[in-house]
Amino acid sequence: MDNSRKEQILRISGSDVRKCMRCGKCSATCPSYDEMEYHPHQFVYMVEQGNIEKLMESPSIFKCLTCFACVERCPRGVEPAKVVEAVRLEVIRQQGMNHLTADDLPGLLDDDLPGQALMTAMRKYAK
Amino acid sequence: MKISYYPGCTLKNKARVLDKYARETAAALGYEFEEIENWQCCGGAYTSAKDEIATKLPAVRALANGRDNGGRVVTVCSACYNVLAQTNHEFEVNPDFDMRVNRYLAPDFEYHGEGKVLHYLELLRDEIGFEQLKKKVVKPLTGKKIAAYYGCLLLRPSAVLKFDDPENPEIMEDLIRALGAEPVIYPMRNECCGGYITLEDQNQARKRSTAVAQSAGEMGADFMITACPLCQYNIRRHAENGLEIRYFTEVLAEALGILDEGER
Repeated sequence: MDNSRKEQILRISGSDVRKCMRCGKCSATCPSYDEMEYHPHQFVYMVEQGNIEKLMESPSIFKCLTCFACVERCPRGVEPAKVVEAVRLEVIRQQGMNHLTADDLPGLLDDDLPGQALMTAMRKYAK
Repeated sequence: MKISYYPGCTLKNKARVLDKYARETAAALGYEFEEIENWQCCGGAYTSAKDEIATKLPAVRALANGRDNGGRVVTVCSACYNVLAQTNHEFEVNPDFDMRVNRYLAPDFEYHGEGKVLHYLELLRDEIGFEQLKKKVVKPLTGKKIAAYYGCLLLRPSAVLKFDDPENPEIMEDLIRALGAEPVIYPMRNECCGGYITLEDQNQARKRSTAVAQSAGEMGADFMITACPLCQYNIRRHAENGLEIRYFTEVLAEALGILDEGER
């Protein structure tokens, strides 16, 4: 149980994970469900339990599209996407833990790729 | 009437037609989009973390510079709209954010959320009005079946954006009707195209985009329309049924007689 990390995640996400009644609607509506090792409802539950290391080590943190479907459809206002975002930031805010760097970008370009995609990815994957 | 305009980075590059026909159609409807000086990229994604300040400053500066023109900033790109509107909302609910942001802005200016972010679609609906727009249509798109694709960024989080009903939006369908075409309602119209995941997992982007375009195709759409350059990119690049997707400003321009169908 990692309480200081839990406090940090709750503070920066602004989410009250104790409100979750485990209906699973967040995971049911998640467009990345199939790609995730841990699903949105598990992020909420595991953060509530202080079981955060496993989430930080999982590629699932980079699978959330921030489409906010879970935030919109949660009947309890828990806002799972904000919890996922906070866990992701706990990882990439560490020294040397950027998931994507500017040096990676040239290899990912094509003629039609909008700047919007690059900017968004850098915001999500790097500090 | 002059109104402050925030184009955003992609409208200066890959999505030039989204920008061009936004300005030209607005002009035809009596609005001059006056570009905000020295605007910076919004960042594409709003970071929901309460303690993030620096990544939200470009949006704040745009909002602060927009005040000179009646306090409203109009934007066309879904992502810019989402980032600007969510940033503006943070001033309302987070006094700590307000205080820390203003430490960055001082002594040049201060800003406390008094501006108003408008999507061009909201301007069409709430100020110009679709009935009024209908009267300006010179080339109705009669017989066209058009599927409006909302995606995520225009609608969510609805409690903040208050753009439209997030599960049953009508604004683009009403636009389509005003232009003389027939809107196609389909289940996936407010689901995600995959967004930025195309950079690291094209397979997932393909799955998401195909699900959306297939849903529109199955309901009989001739083509789709969007306000989001990344939605357009993902659908064009990844969706397997090859359904065309255009910007809403293009069909608007076509109906107003500004753009010939052969021009595109």
